[in-house]
This record gives sequence, structure tokens and C-alpha cells, in this order.
Amino acid sequence: MTAAVRAKGASRTKVDWFLLFMRVALLSLIAIGLLAFFAQQLDPNNAFARWRHGGDAAHTLTGDQYKGLVVTGLSQGAMYGLIALGYSMVYGVLGFINFAHGEVFMVGGFTGFIMANKLDEAGYWEGGAFIPAVLFTILVCTLVSMATAVIMERVAYRPLRGSPRLIPLITSIGVSFFIQNAVILLFGPGAKGYPSNPDWLQQKRSLLGLVEIEGIKIVVIVVAALSMYALWYFVERTRTGKAMRAVSEDKEIASLMGINVNRTIVTTFAVGGAMAGIAGILWGLLFRSVIATTGFLPGIKAFTAAVVGGIGNLGGAMAGGVALGGAESLAPLMLLEPLGVEGASQLRDAVAFTLLILVLLIKPTGLFGERLSSEDRA
Amino acid sequence: MKKLLTLLALLLSFSMVAAACGSDSDSESDEGSATTEADAGDSDDSTAHHGDGSLGEVRVEAGSEVQIRSLNAITGDVAFLGIPNQRGVEFAIEDYGQIKGFGISMGTGLDDLCSADGGQAAAQTIVADEQVIGVIGTSCSGAATAAAPLISEANMVMISGSNTSPALTSDQQGNAGENYNVGYYRTAHNDLFQGAAMAKFVYEELGLTTAAAIHDGDPYTEGLATAFANAFTELGGEVTTITGVAKEDTDMVPVLTEVAAAEPAALFFPIFQPAGDFVADQAPGVSGLENTVLLAADGLLVDGFLELEQSEGMHFSGPDVRFGENTNQGTGKTANDFLAAYEATHGEAPSAPFWGHSYDATTLLLDAIDAASYMDGDTLVIDRAGVREHLNMVRNYSGIIGTINCDDFGDCGSQRITIIKHDSAADIETSKSNVVFEYAP
Repeated sequence: MTAAVRAKGASRTKVDWFLLFMRVALLSLIAIGLLAFFAQQLDPNNAFARWRHGGDAAHTLTGDQYKGLVVTGLSQGAMYGLIALGYSMVYGVLGFINFAHGEVFMVGGFTGFIMANKLDEAGYWEGGAFIPAVLFTILVCTLVSMATAVIMERVAYRPLRGSPRLIPLITSIGVSFFIQNAVILLFGPGAKGYPSNPDWLQQKRSLLGLVEIEGIKIVVIVVAALSMYALWYFVERTRTGKAMRAVSEDKEIASLMGINVNRTIVTTFAVGGAMAGIAGILWGLLFRSVIATTGFLPGIKAFTAAVVGGIGNLGGAMAGGVALGGAESLAPLMLLEPLGVEGASQLRDAVAFTLLILVLLIKPTGLFGERLSSEDRA
Repeated sequence: MKKLLTLLALLLSFSMVAAACGSDSDSESDEGSATTEADAGDSDDSTAHHGDGSLGEVRVEAGSEVQIRSLNAITGDVAFLGIPNQRGVEFAIEDYGQIKGFGISMGTGLDDLCSADGGQAAAQTIVADEQVIGVIGTSCSGAATAAAPLISEANMVMISGSNTSPALTSDQQGNAGENYNVGYYRTAHNDLFQGAAMAKFVYEELGLTTAAAIHDGDPYTEGLATAFANAFTELGGEVTTITGVAKEDTDMVPVLTEVAAAEPAALFFPIFQPAGDFVADQAPGVSGLENTVLLAADGLLVDGFLELEQSEGMHFSGPDVRFGENTNQGTGKTANDFLAAYEATHGEAPSAPFWGHSYDATTLLLDAIDAASYMDGDTLVIDRAGVREHLNMVRNYSGIIGTINCDDFGDCGSQRITIIKHDSAADIETSKSNVVFEYAP
């Protein structure tokens, strides 16, 4: 847009200057932060560090601590990515943001809590029975989340098909509150704990001698990657996937071609819900605690990830998730702390949303987003 | 034509309803002021009661109920704290019976959402009803900072069973806290004592000289983390980091890495679930914190947290909850009576330890209403100034939580702090009574 205006020779408006200033400011902040970080790693007692830390030398982190941050960012990001897929798919097909998607994820986590504890009571959550038990739990969580998403579509969104986009959007916020409070009513307001994982899953393992990772984080990253691949295969290589892509291009033409639009939309919700369900159980296995509001913040972050990656683009959603997770985990200690910001890790949410702003300023369609037709943007 | 007629009829009926309402309330207020004047004239005849009428009176007509309110965090992350509080209020009202033949109503339990916004919104609802005498709540100090000024301005009183932030009362040296409001009381302890208790325990009992603290930005957690840090520094220890998490955070590795950079020997995180679960779970996995001693406060001294394996081996500070046979003098019930009734009604044990404080807070309020009221014909008249006067004078009141004395700034709690060691997630009842350190000012 701005480029087009400029090409016609019009002078820059105040807004353009402001946006330019924001871009420059954010990028220089990153550059200076990085420089300060490298300086601090080389000499914790350098003049800049002493100035920013009130005369003391900076505390540097060890290599292990940095590796820990990278791994945690990656596993967190993988889960954001899985949830982001649901946002992206529904947006691609129906063109609205389903804010209740975070609750689908939470329902997955809660189902996992119930399953895991029942299996634990029966003695299946340890030893050789653990792996089949976990696989079974993942399956049930996926199905329950899938069902939640499908019912949500049937009850709340289908009656609103064809109404202006803002209406299902607001409805989705209502659905989100409804599910959250229904879970509080059913299970109580407290945090629910998962049984502890077997030791081999909690222990740190060396990966190629490079980095020590807790087993569970490896599981999270691997399962997320596999799910992502399965989804890609489904969308790109199967008939249903093709129908889905067709519906997202143009619903009317797709229905003229003999595609059952309603069924395709239900499939979209089901697949998105399944991904959220997997994320939910992974979340439960990793953090071993769920609460009725578990879905809210990851939901918002995943939405951010979907936008960062380019909404409507599946690979983008995953990449956006990993980028967001990584930035959240690394930026406070690598950019802000060397600049002397106190309690830098409190600013992780600010970092996440600043990343969103930065991406929107520099590439408004997101990292992998395609230019939407003007009709779609309306 | 027909439509027009209908519209006219509707308008007419609306205006009649409005007129009826208007005249009704007018006549009521006229009546009210007339009787107040008359009372002032022949006050010698009325029964003795606390108060000089300076804050106004509430008249409860025969057949109506005395109105108090419960304002607690009953939804959201902190509902585990607010729900037992609200139930404590309900039980206390039930056990207390009547005041001079008048029933007591707490209306619908209001929600403070454990936030300033929630506290303010609920307080506005409360003060809009001029029949309300007092409020039991809030659950969270953050909500109280916003609610207390409104309640105070409306000449009502507020007694909290679980606010512990020092800012709400005083610094215990005779200076009002920055969020102190007249008419605010609490039966919970002041966190200055809890912070001091924890600092003393870490420095003297455990013999550790470096410590870090993590809060979540809430006035309660921040106040307690700061109280701990100040007391620890005063004892001669070094506080390496005070930092914060967000209540919604789950991945604590970044913040823990920040803490680990300075290698503290102890880490105190007086926060809530679920954030506390993640700190306890992830801290031992962060390089540099493997052997750091983990400590938390009453916010995490709840069954849901103690049942988690990662909480094993931790120490917790909190109010002394060894209530035993302490009897509430207003109702004659003991802690055990209460717990049995609670289990029978709600099918579970209370999820947080402040039910007793809320119970006692309610009977204190009801006693105060009793002391500040008199009968005018068959109308009960409650003197708002008298309610405060009575609460200010509370000394040696026997409650479930122990002996209650109110100081000049509304601190009525017993201020006894215990530190427990939690050994086994499988047996949390043993841990709860496994007191390793006692503190009383």
C-alpha cells in the first residue's frame, strides 16, 4: 500500500514517517542489544555492562543455560505452532478467527489429565505399559478435542454462516468463556496435576553430545513435527485436503464442483481440533498441570504465531510458533538483560507481541503469508 | 392506527411504572429522615448501642434481612482461595442465627476476580445498595486496593479473611500503609510477619546466606517477596535477585535462568498456582539451580500444589492453621465442627487455609452489627459508626483462628506464622502439621 503511494510520487505522510521510525527504532534496539550481549559474553566487566548494571559486572550465563533456553523455546514454540494450525486453517476456510480454539486445546489437556490419572491408578502409567498408555491417551485427547471443535462449529458457527465476519468472531469469544466456565463447573477451579512421568522421560539426555535435553521435550518436539507432517500430507495429498483447499479459495465455486462445503468445513474444524488436542496432551505431559484457564494465553500466543507466520499458511503457522517460542525464551536474556533492563524475563509477553508488531511493520502479510485479494481482506 | 395505539398504551404504562417507582422511593427517604430526627430527639429511650450516628444509619424493616456481602475470588485461577472463603461466610451466617430477631443475608456471592478491576466493579455494585452494612472480602490484596476506598467512602466496613499485603493496613510501626482505608479490617496476618518468619528461617535455621525471590506482580506476592528480601538483608544475608513472572506463564526456564545466573542458595516464590507448579517443576532442571532450596508461602500451601510430586522437599510459610479446639465465641463452633459440616455439604475439604479467617471475620461483623443496632418499634436500626467503633475495640475475641485483637489500622489477625516441611506428596496431611519453625511477633 505505502509502496504504491510512493511510486506515484506522493510525499510521505506523517504516518509513513512514524512507521519508518518504529521500524528503525525496533531494529536498532535489537542490534544494540545483541552488541551489548556479545560484549558482555566476552567481558562481563566491560564499561557498558558496568554502566547499565549500576557499577557491577554483569552476570553471564553459561553455555548450558543458553542451550536450556533454546530447547525450552523450541518445545514451547512447537506447541504454539500446533495450536496455531487450527487458527490458520479455520481462517483459511471461513475467514474468521476462532478465539475459542485455545479452549479446544485446554479441553485436550483436561482429557489428558483424566486419562493419565485413571491409567495411573490402574498402574499403566509406568514401566512397559507407559508407551501404549501414552499413545492411547494421545488418541483419546485428539478425539475429544476434535469432537469439541466439531460441536462448536455445529452449535455456534454454522447458524452464523453468511453473517458479517465480526459476528462469528464475537461469538467465538463467548464460546471461549462458556467452555472455560463449564470446565470450572465440572472439575472445579483448581489446577489439576498429571501423574509424574517415568524417570527416563524426565532425565536429561545428551543429543549428539551437543545439548542435554529432558526426554519429554524431545517427545514434544518429535510428536509436533510428526503431526505437522501428517497434516501437510492430509491437506496436500488427499482428496479431502484438496476439497479443503478448494473451499478456502472459493466456497461457491467449490460447491458447484460437487464439493460438500459443510462437510469440508466440519473436517477443517475436526483437523484443527485434533492438532490442538495433541498440543493439549503434550502440554500436560510437559508441564504436568492444567487449569480451566490454561487455554487462554497459549491461544492468544498461537494466534500471534499464526499471524507472524502468515495467517492461512500452514507451514507459516508452525514456523511462526517456533519463532515466537524462541524469541520469548531468548530475547529477554539476550537483548534486554544486557541493556540493563531489570527483571527482563518478566517482559516475555511484551517480547512476543513486539515481535508481532515488528513482523507486521516489515512484512504485513506475515513471514510466509501470501498477498490476500482485496475481497478477502475486507 | 392500531400500532400507534399500542405504542401510546406502552408509553403510558411505562410512565406510570416510572412514576410509581419515583414516588415510592421519595416517600421512603422522607420517612427515613423523619424517624432519624425523631430518634435523635429521644435517644435516651432507645436501647444502648455503639455509635453516634455520624456515618448514617440503616433501617431494616420487619420481615427484611440484614444485608452483608461476600466478595471473594470465586472464578478463575485463584478460585481455590475464594470459594472456601465464601463458604466460610455462608457457614458463619447459618451458625450465627439471627440478630435481634432479624435474619442475615449475604445475597449472591460476588466475585473479586483476584484483580483490581474485579474488586472495583464488585465494590461499585455493593455500595449502590444502601442497605449493605459490611463486606467479607476480598480474597486478594490486589482486589482490596481497589475495593476498599469505595467501601470506606460509603461508610461500610470491609473485613478480609485472606488479604495479607502490608500496604492495606500498616507497617506495624504506627504508619498507615499506602492503601489503608478507614473501615478496613482483616483477620488474616500481615505479610511483614510472614516475610520476617521466612527470612529468619532461611538465615538462622537453614544457615543460607544468599537468596532470590520471585513474585507475580500481584500486591500480595510482591509485598511478601519484598518483606522477605528486606528482612533477609537485615539479618545479614544477600538477596541476589528479585524478579517476577506473569500469572499465566508456564515456561519458567527463562526467568529461572535469570535467577540462576547469580547462583542463590535459596529461592522463595510466594506465588499462586498454576505458576508455582511450573517454578517448582522446572527449577531443578535449570543449570545452576540444581541444589537451590525452594521455599513458598501460603498462596501455594494448598492441596492441589502439595499433591504434586515437584513440591516434595519444599518449605512453606503460612498462617498457623493448627486450630484444634479453638472455639468461635459468636457461634460456639470449633474448627472440627466446621470441617465436618464443610465436607458434608460440599463433598471435599477446603482447598485453601483461610476459611477459618473468613468465618471469624463474618462473626466479628455480625457481632459488631448486633452491638451497633437497636430496635425502633419493629424496625432494626443499625448505626454505621457503631459498627466501626465496635470493630476498633475488639480485644481477646475467641475465634477459630485463635485470639483476635484489632489494632488501629485494622490488623486483627493472630499473626502467628508457621513454617512446614513437605516430605511426601502422597501424605499431605502429615506435611501440613509438620511444623519445623514457629514465629510469633
